[in-house]
Amino acid sequence: MADNGSHAFNMVPGKSAPPGAGAPADDTPVDDKRPENRGGARDSERARNTDADSAEAGTSTLEAMPEISDAGGVDVAELVRETRVFDVLHELDTELVGLEPVKTRIREIASLLIVDMLRRKAGLESDRPTLHMSFTGSPGTGKTTVAMRMATILHRLGYLAKGHLVAVTRDDLVGQYIGHTAPKTREVLKRAMGGVLFIDEAYYLYRQENERDYGQESIEILLQVMENQRQDVVVVLAGYKDRMETFFQSNPGMGSRIAHHIDFPNYTLDELMAIAKLMLKEQRYELSPEAESALHDLIDIRMRRPRFANARSVRNALERARLRQAGRLVSGESGFLSKADLMRIDEEDIRKSSLFNPETEPALAPAADS
Amino acid sequence: MHITQGTFSYLPPFTDEQIRAQVQYAIANGWAVSVEFTDDPHPRNFLWEMWGLPMFDMKDPAAILLEVNRCREAYPNHYVRVNAYDARLHRQTTALSFIVQRPAEEPGFRLDRQDSHDRQIRYTLHPYATERPEGERYPRA
Repeated sequence: MADNGSHAFNMVPGKSAPPGAGAPADDTPVDDKRPENRGGARDSERARNTDADSAEAGTSTLEAMPEISDAGGVDVAELVRETRVFDVLHELDTELVGLEPVKTRIREIASLLIVDMLRRKAGLESDRPTLHMSFTGSPGTGKTTVAMRMATILHRLGYLAKGHLVAVTRDDLVGQYIGHTAPKTREVLKRAMGGVLFIDEAYYLYRQENERDYGQESIEILLQVMENQRQDVVVVLAGYKDRMETFFQSNPGMGSRIAHHIDFPNYTLDELMAIAKLMLKEQRYELSPEAESALHDLIDIRMRRPRFANARSVRNALERARLRQAGRLVSGESGFLSKADLMRIDEEDIRKSSLFNPETEPALAPAADS
Repeated sequence: MHITQGTFSYLPPFTDEQIRAQVQYAIANGWAVSVEFTDDPHPRNFLWEMWGLPMFDMKDPAAILLEVNRCREAYPNHYVRVNAYDARLHRQTTALSFIVQRPAEEPGFRLDRQDSHDRQIRYTLHPYATERPEGERYPRA
């Protein structure tokens, strides 16, 4: 079946919207607070109504389709286009560098959901697929970003009613005293209903050394809701691979309720360079050719340092470069700055990083990211 | 006697699907939704027990349905209602309120007359259910 699905996708790119016509403005931000509609009640009401309309998009497309029987089939490509799920997959491809195994897996899940929709339409009853996931990988490999995209995809396919992402850690789920944990966990779960609950560093929920830790209670409530309200919320657990495995071993109930274990590989040097360029492009900066090779060296050095956090370290390095560029421009020799000057990051902005002269840098200084 | 109260009192009891749709409307308007229960059917009893706190930043009616079902489970023989509160300035009132569960048997009311001074007569409503102590007012279905 996965074969069928990937065929469908391979056929569609040419037919679907051009690359530029990505998702329109209804991308859901992380855990955005509901705006207080005090003054402009009418505006926000309208906004919500359109939101509700797009929530139905998946199912209404399905309703509008002709009956599927042995005689009359359905155009899969048409359906894929109408749910606009391909836009998200395309964004995933263009905006996220590398991560091939992850992308393949997400395509498979998307195809599964499309086929599931078609099967239901054809009257073939089957259980709704379980979509709870575990994302494992080092810091900065894009777990949160992919979870956000996942929420959008599931929303477009009509699997989730709202498609927002609620990102939490142990602190948000586990209480301080007896009787505090259950309401706290339930509150978070309720907030995540209709979307994705992203639990970062989920293994902290379970503390092996302390039997009376409240984390266990939180896990039990999570399990209950993951089982009984599969259609309302998708739970994504994220963290380091080895520690997640220990976590699943000590909580077999949790491990067995998660169908998709996705591993995020570390980025290679070239991928990190591509990410850096993407980040600079988004912020309207440019690297001079010399600066580019300097950045290449910098990332190479940083990768071998402790506490390297993939794309996050790259972003921090670029932030520091921006600081140095600003310093250079303000204190600069040339009084007149052109637009190109404001955009360009020079070699010296990067070469001045403390990573390039190890003597001055304490081994584990907080500035290790620069 | 089928007691009616609230926004949709003239309609037959809602199904869960209909409750979900109404809650969705409330959420879309930004109203805070809460669940309440009681076993005192008197019409003047408008302050019911709260089932947890009002829910403010929910995005999906599933969250409210979860609480409604937990309340139904804990109090299978009580009245349960859903309220939606509009916190906007100049409104600040309950915008929507409807019953989502009622006891299987509702015995209804009796009218009591009381002779008062100067041959006046005072009338009062007496719910049969309140003859029994709180929590045991409606027989288990």
